[in-house]
Amino acid sequence: MRSVRTRGLVVATTGAALALTLVGCSSDGDDNSSDGDSPAASADCADYTQYGDLKGKSISVYTSIVEPEAKQQTDSYKPFEECTGATIKYEGSREFEAQLPVRLKAGNPPDIAYVPQPGFLKSMVADYPNVVVPAPQETVDNAKKYYSEEWVNYGSVDGKLYATPLGANVKSFVWYSPQAFEDNGYTVPKTWDDLTTLTAKIAADHPDAKPWCAGIESGDATGWPATDWLEDVVLRTAGPDVYDQWVNHEIPFNDPQILTALQAVGSILKNPADVNGGLGEVASIATTPWNEAGNPILDGACFLHRAANFYQANWDEDVKVQEAPTDNGVYAFYLPGKSESDKPLLGGGEFVTGFSDRPEVAAFRTFLASPQWANEKAKVTGQGWFSANSGFDSSLLKSPIDQLSFKLLTDPSYTFRFDGSDQMPGAVGADAFWKQMTAWIGEDQADQTTLDNIEKAWPAS
Amino acid sequence: MTVIPPTDLLDSQVGDSRKESKLSRADKRAIAVKGRLSSPWASALAIVIALLWTIPTLGLLVTSFRPRSDIRRSGWWTAWQDPNFSFDNYTEVLFGSSTKLSTYFINSLVITLPAVVIPISLALLAAYAFAWIDFKGRNILFVAVFALQVVPIQVTMIPLLTQYNRSGVSGTFWVIWLSHSIFALPLAIYLLHNFMKQIPRELVEAARVDGAGHVKIFFRVLLPLLTPAIASFAIFQFLWVWNDLLVALVFGAPDTAPLTVRVAELAGTRGSQWHLLSAGAFVAMVVPLIVFLALQRYFVRGLLAGSVKG
Repeated sequence: MRSVRTRGLVVATTGAALALTLVGCSSDGDDNSSDGDSPAASADCADYTQYGDLKGKSISVYTSIVEPEAKQQTDSYKPFEECTGATIKYEGSREFEAQLPVRLKAGNPPDIAYVPQPGFLKSMVADYPNVVVPAPQETVDNAKKYYSEEWVNYGSVDGKLYATPLGANVKSFVWYSPQAFEDNGYTVPKTWDDLTTLTAKIAADHPDAKPWCAGIESGDATGWPATDWLEDVVLRTAGPDVYDQWVNHEIPFNDPQILTALQAVGSILKNPADVNGGLGEVASIATTPWNEAGNPILDGACFLHRAANFYQANWDEDVKVQEAPTDNGVYAFYLPGKSESDKPLLGGGEFVTGFSDRPEVAAFRTFLASPQWANEKAKVTGQGWFSANSGFDSSLLKSPIDQLSFKLLTDPSYTFRFDGSDQMPGAVGADAFWKQMTAWIGEDQADQTTLDNIEKAWPAS
Repeated sequence: MTVIPPTDLLDSQVGDSRKESKLSRADKRAIAVKGRLSSPWASALAIVIALLWTIPTLGLLVTSFRPRSDIRRSGWWTAWQDPNFSFDNYTEVLFGSSTKLSTYFINSLVITLPAVVIPISLALLAAYAFAWIDFKGRNILFVAVFALQVVPIQVTMIPLLTQYNRSGVSGTFWVIWLSHSIFALPLAIYLLHNFMKQIPRELVEAARVDGAGHVKIFFRVLLPLLTPAIASFAIFQFLWVWNDLLVALVFGAPDTAPLTVRVAELAGTRGSQWHLLSAGAFVAMVVPLIVFLALQRYFVRGLLAGSVKG
């Protein structure tokens, strides 16, 4: 996934004004990301005795999760802190991916870091083998008990478990307006062909609108939503096995099967009849911020927007996220596979990586891998988060999209695959892949050239 | 910042006192320039440029009071048609974090004040030595200090952080003050040295003849003359440290995070809170603005400090 990262301050440099010291009125909360209830302060400490007495101990946590989501994280640790006596020192930074290697190199790693990319974890284990601490036995037990084998594997390097999953997200979603679908008599497509038919139908019915809207601008990470598109379609046209080979570079990046997938993406994203509803020509996809691209759905200028479950935070405060048709309402359906039984699912997540073997750090890692923590976290989360933990009680989730995501993720008929660009080496997954996909859309670069260029960027070793 | 060579103006001063009736060439030129600058056309142009430069700031100010859906749907210049202003963004910026904004504000002040005072104090002493004390290897040393300016601070980050970790001081304010001082010193020494050099030699020598030592010369003769130069460098250093994000991120810890760190994170993990950025920018801007407005007369004088009179 690679969330938005802005290096440096975009803002703070302009020049003049006064109007400050505002002690403002009431805030009706920032959009959907309400803090939720505080955790039950008097949580039953019986469940926490296994972690022992950690009075006076402190554990530092370094993550890419910042306010307001950071508040939900720290709230979810409160029962642990109250029952064991440990203090969690939480630090979130949007510069996490740049700063963590600096800290490792300079010799002051945090005790724990939440790494959102398995590829990054792999390169850290390779570069700093003595700094990254493998998961302690109790943590491994929890991980094996509560997580599916594939999730355990994403946190393992060479068969050794280094990092346990924290949160999860699902990206194979298409946001739409249930009201607009009802008004026009459209139904949610069940197969890829249905989706293509629906696209053509919308284009024919609505000469003023376009079926799809999309945007891939994301600061210096511009292009990542397009990589998700390609990954999702590779899973559908070539299948999960080819996808794995492709991600692990067992087949070249510019394999003919990948070319077919890119052409399929292009048949939507580069087709002037299908995009870019309410936003402009095809090239406008490259310059539209990814977190605003779905908005034309509300104006009726577009009908479909492919984005992850965490896109929910980007809708305006007054937008209702629900399946039942309503004015100003949105919901998401699963991006269908080739057939109704073919159900690949693209997603991502963060992984708890340890850099210290102190007992309190080990205890906290074990806690984070337990359903206990996942449930505490769900209680304080408004939307945009769920866990892949099998002991997780999804009824605690407040957002219907998060509940749907959890349902799909734990449904054995869906084949889950982790975001490919997050597993590839940084030179590809966080650089060439983004840039070439941006050129592919923004400059109308040819399909073959695009894939060839990314293949060239793959590190030799 | 360039240093204006004093010779021309000093000569003209001498010329003036001798023949007051005749204008020197420099004076004539000054009058001509004044005439050209105060023509109505030039004033109009200046006003137009000032307006153009203020428009983005004005837009930012208007935007900071608008709700997210309005910012997204229409430009700030259309805001007057359907006024919908509120302090919500500011409330969120000031009180929306689990850490109080006041903490970040105080951190910023705690970082900035010593990070301005320390390099200026040290640089003044060093500049005095380079300018007025004749010691062996002075020129080579001065060139070495001067050359340090070309070292980009980015390459020093990891080695410095490693050293701090070894000595066990990392994560405190000490390392941030120290780092800012290290990065500021070469330029500070160079600038203050040049200012000091422009003070007429006769002045220093006269003081020496009267029996003043280095300490007395420094405090009684040079320091009063240098005030504008010190003030202008202080403004530079203040703005640099106040707006700094890199040093605070690399060497800092959560306990020492200044305002810039908070502003950089305002947009949220996935950027969904971008509408808070304009309000955050204004909060971060107040103090530098006050400092600049309060010290601006020194700033202008400091830039013209080359014309120090004997």
